[in-house]
Amino acid sequence: MNINATLIGQSIAFFLFVWFCLKFIWPPLINALNERKKAIADGLAAAERGQHEQELAQKRAAEVLHEAKQQASEIIGRAEKRANEIVEEAKTDAKQEGGRILTAAQAEIDQEVHRAREALRSQVVGIALAGAEKVLEREIDASTHDDLLNKLVAEI
Amino acid sequence: MASEELTSSGYIKHHLVNLTYGRDAEGNWGFAETAEQASEMGFWAIHVDSLLWSVVLAAIMFYFFRKAARRATAGVPGGLQNFVEMLVEFVDDSVKGSFRGKNELVAPMALTIFGWVFLMNLMDLVPVDWLPMLAAQTGAAIFSADPHHVFFKVVPTTDPNITFGMALAVFWLMIYYSIKVKGLGGFLGELAFQPFGKWMMPVNLILEGVSLISKPISLSLRLFGNMYAGETIFILIAIMYGAGLVLGSFAGLLQLGWAIFHILIITLQAFIFMTLTIVYMDMAHAKDH
Repeated sequence: MNINATLIGQSIAFFLFVWFCLKFIWPPLINALNERKKAIADGLAAAERGQHEQELAQKRAAEVLHEAKQQASEIIGRAEKRANEIVEEAKTDAKQEGGRILTAAQAEIDQEVHRAREALRSQVVGIALAGAEKVLEREIDASTHDDLLNKLVAEI
Repeated sequence: MASEELTSSGYIKHHLVNLTYGRDAEGNWGFAETAEQASEMGFWAIHVDSLLWSVVLAAIMFYFFRKAARRATAGVPGGLQNFVEMLVEFVDDSVKGSFRGKNELVAPMALTIFGWVFLMNLMDLVPVDWLPMLAAQTGAAIFSADPHHVFFKVVPTTDPNITFGMALAVFWLMIYYSIKVKGLGGFLGELAFQPFGKWMMPVNLILEGVSLISKPISLSLRLFGNMYAGETIFILIAIMYGAGLVLGSFAGLLQLGWAIFHILIITLQAFIFMTLTIVYMDMAHAKDH
């Protein structure tokens, strides 16, 4: 319990150890701590940014989806309209074609009727001539009675 | 221990004397063999045990700290680095909390004080006879000294020289930074013109002088007193081991209990020494009183 030079020795040791700590121990440790702190802060900030970006992307995806749906329904609507148009067109086409075929058939029928009438007519002339020959018992000169015959033909 | 009979008071006294190296009454250099001799050696003697343990402990501490510091990375820390970083961060927070000035020295000094005082206090938990016995045997075997006259105190902080040495070092730093920051005039002005203004200068000088001087004294005596008392109680408990089986086992229980309680004191005293140092340094740097 005597106060002696130990005191001075301890003071010197104290200064030496403090100097050693100041020079070789404190700076690397506190630098490592600060660096890590910064790294962690950066990481957290990056994570937050990533989350924010993801939110934005989600929103954008929803928008794109919505737009796509709208477009699809529009396209479907247009397609339905077009289908209706095509059906209508086909209907009119068919109607026209039918009419045309009908007309052609009518014309053919008329032609046939006409031709049959002509044939009938010439046959009637022959029959009439034959009948007349039989009645008169003589041959009728076709050339002499040509005008008469023609008159008859015209009458039929 | 044949030369003297072993009494309780002799045992206690033996435990409270340092291994002192100095010049005896005849003027020869050597180790003191009795407590009286040790005190006769006067100021120019050295407590070899205190100084040895304090330096060895600091060296051990700084060996590990340096190891951690050398491998310190900002990446994932290993076990040792983690532990040292924890200490560093704790000290750094304490310094940031109480020290408002700008001085690179304060935080490393606080770390040194905390770790060092803690380790020196921790020696108190080593059973009181182990190391002194070892020292006595070593002294007898190597230096052919009488084992009973080999004194050995293993807890440096129970030596007022050690605590005073540190407190005075802090005190000089305090005065140095006071003068550096405020100038010699500012420092003396603080002593002379506060708290009552310049017409009450003598009173101010007495008040401020006492408060200035009391800082290192209270700083060192607080630590010394706590550790000395703790050490004494350990010695008293150790005496009980010689008092039969029942009292001996009771002493074992007591020692365990006191040691567990003492862990708190050890840490607390180290922390108080560090915090007060920081506060004193803050006062030295503060321009407004």
